[in-house]
Amino acid sequence: MHHCRFIFAYIASLLAGAASAADVRVAVAANFTAPMQAIAAAFEKDTGHKARLAFGSTGKFYAQIRHGAPFQVLLAADDETPARLEREGMSVPGTCFTYAVGRLALWSAQAGVVDARGEVLKQGGYKHVAIANPKLAPYGAAAVEVMQRLGVVEAVRPKLVQGENIAQAWQFVASGNAELGFVALSQVTQDGKLTGGSAWIVPAHLHTPIRQDAAILTNGRGNPAAGALMDYLRSDKAKAVIRAYGYDI
Amino acid sequence: MQSIHARFRVAHDGFTLDVDLLLPGRGVSALFGASGSGKTTCLRAIAGLEHAPGGTLSVNGEVWQDDSRGLFVPTHQRPLGYVFQEASLFPHLSIRRNLEYGMRRVPERDRKVSLDHAVELLGIAPLLERMPDWLSGGEKQRVAIARALATSPRILLMDEPLAALDLARKQEILPYLERLHDELEIPLIYVSHAPDEVARLADHLVVLEQGRAVASGPLGETLARLDLPIRLGEDAGVVLEGEIAEIDQAWHLARVAFAGGSLWVRDSGVPIRQHVRVRILARDISIALEPHADSSILNVLPATVEELADDTHPALALVKLNAAGAPLVARITRRSAARLVLRQGLAVWAQIKAVALVG
Amino acid sequence: MLTDEALAAVWLTLRLASVTTILLFLVGTPIAWWLARTRSWLKAPVGALVALPLVLPPTVIGFYLLVVMGPQGPIGQLTQALGLGVLPFTFRGLVVGSVIYSMPFVVQPLQNAFDAIGERPLEVAATLRAGPWDRFFTVVLPLARPGFITAGILGFAHTVGEFGVVLMIGGNIPDKTRVVSVQIYDHVEALEYTQAHWLSAGMLAFSFAVLLALHASGSGKRKSGGK
Repeated sequence: MHHCRFIFAYIASLLAGAASAADVRVAVAANFTAPMQAIAAAFEKDTGHKARLAFGSTGKFYAQIRHGAPFQVLLAADDETPARLEREGMSVPGTCFTYAVGRLALWSAQAGVVDARGEVLKQGGYKHVAIANPKLAPYGAAAVEVMQRLGVVEAVRPKLVQGENIAQAWQFVASGNAELGFVALSQVTQDGKLTGGSAWIVPAHLHTPIRQDAAILTNGRGNPAAGALMDYLRSDKAKAVIRAYGYDI
Repeated sequence: MQSIHARFRVAHDGFTLDVDLLLPGRGVSALFGASGSGKTTCLRAIAGLEHAPGGTLSVNGEVWQDDSRGLFVPTHQRPLGYVFQEASLFPHLSIRRNLEYGMRRVPERDRKVSLDHAVELLGIAPLLERMPDWLSGGEKQRVAIARALATSPRILLMDEPLAALDLARKQEILPYLERLHDELEIPLIYVSHAPDEVARLADHLVVLEQGRAVASGPLGETLARLDLPIRLGEDAGVVLEGEIAEIDQAWHLARVAFAGGSLWVRDSGVPIRQHVRVRILARDISIALEPHADSSILNVLPATVEELADDTHPALALVKLNAAGAPLVARITRRSAARLVLRQGLAVWAQIKAVALVG
Repeated sequence: MLTDEALAAVWLTLRLASVTTILLFLVGTPIAWWLARTRSWLKAPVGALVALPLVLPPTVIGFYLLVVMGPQGPIGQLTQALGLGVLPFTFRGLVVGSVIYSMPFVVQPLQNAFDAIGERPLEVAATLRAGPWDRFFTVVLPLARPGFITAGILGFAHTVGEFGVVLMIGGNIPDKTRVVSVQIYDHVEALEYTQAHWLSAGMLAFSFAVLLALHASGSGKRKSGGK
């Protein structure tokens, strides 16, 4: 009996939590994990709303949202997915905006491997170059674009190893299995400084900007916390955090 | 060096086997005892299935184990045949392939028993192409025995081969075992807890009790020891060897002649001159001071009292008799013994109520 | 229907599963035998270690493999010293990962089969002059055949269905490490649902056929076993 009552109370608390109006459920692109955690903490402190964050791949979030996942805000890793959701009537029109622009870095976990101009790509002398899957991840597509611009794509192709997302590409390089790879600058910098190894920060003009757009989903219509979060992301305070993590905005 | 010498000390889980056996190098030696007496452990140690550290074993001059010299011949290199309690045929092989399994692994020059001979000895020719699953328990056990024989072993070990079978199956197999006894030149060590099997098959008897050999000697002599009937209880009795001397067609009786006289038994169709064994239980012998012609008892033998001993029950006594060289043991009440004033050297008449022809 | 890319993935998957199954028999049989026979205190820890992939998320296995087989990892150092290079992003690496990942699916049925045989047939064989290897090949192997069939089917099927480990150490290289499950994942992620459906339906049919074969062979055995 005692247990039953306890379990009932527990379930009731879960349901109550889910129904609270001051909560907003946010789907966040994996690459934006660290900055978003910092931003959400500040957001909760400043506004009193609560942001419940889920991190994952944008493609997966898209599929889930299409099939009724209860997310109210999406912070995508690209600009295509939010646009698509808007076309399909899954998001609140007019709420979409670019919250960050991703920057690419050619990075090696070892010091002295990647030069400041990325010449290493042309010189060879490595076995594997990790990128995110260009079909799935904007960072991967951008990496291929950069290699095309540099005219090395054919030479590098046999050495390409693909992570399913940019986090895995980073892991391949971090574990040393790939000598170098294209990762998100945000993954290898903190407060504007490289956290380790050697890197070439790919000039933004070498690839189409990696716009990461956010939108309020139909589920979040009328949720004050959702609107407040969107506003907060545009604030200078949030922008400073975003920049510190290696994104442009 | 026609003998088997085994000295083992095995101790595990509160059980100790401690034996030093000298067995004849031919004929059947029975290891007899209750379950838990160590007889199977002893047999397994002889086969090398169990390694008794510090043991020694020689079989007709060949040393198979001598741990003082670091010698331990693994089972598969010992030229022995082993028959387990359950037939344990290989279920994935036909009867023929089962029989060939061991034989093929014996070098050609060492093959003394042909497959045909083994098949014929055990009467399993009709079974050869079947799979083991389709055989009865008795048939399986006969195949297992033939399989062991087909390796031309220099010793045959049998671990209660009849224990898992019902009475009818036992009766089916016993004649085959007797044939082995009569025809094989090799020693057979036969583990059993059934006195009737021992009486029928054994030439040499070892009685094991709690891991120790309490008696070891020729069957007749050993069975007639007065310290053993206590252990054998209702099955106490002697075995006499003789041959069929006469058949009384009118009364369907046969006369078995042995060293100390003769006994009439039911005629079971055994031909004249055939070597047979008769078993006489101690409880079936009564003692009289006069030959009574007015009783229904058919067999009355003159004998002298050799020894008297107490039985387990205070009402009973055991009397060892000598019937012209043949040892007999009678179990009578102590009151009767007192009334007859039985003492060593007294001439008496042994009235034998029942005699069983055991082979 | 299936693109060349998808067919390449299917072919690669079958190759991987076949090589893995063969290796699993070679590696798993002695382990299963040892586990079935030993009285050593190591039995429990080794058994648990072999069973780990049953409960560990494949990505954990994949992650650790990526680290230990990487150039700085102990296995990576070893393979480099042996002149084999490092294993991640290679077919060989996938084989190693698959062998570890599918190990319990082979070892456990074999161990059960060996357990079920018991000591007696081996003792019988020993008294019939068969040495240890002889006994193993002529008695244990045939008697454990149903166990080997089950182990083979499960090991093969489980390797075909493997995803997490391949994802972590594969690098998604066509013809080398892009297996069917990864291909499906790519299609789903890229919203190419038609392609994903074809491959997924194929996997589903395959898995069902495998389990059907397994169950059918099991019930057939029961039928003929009764006498």
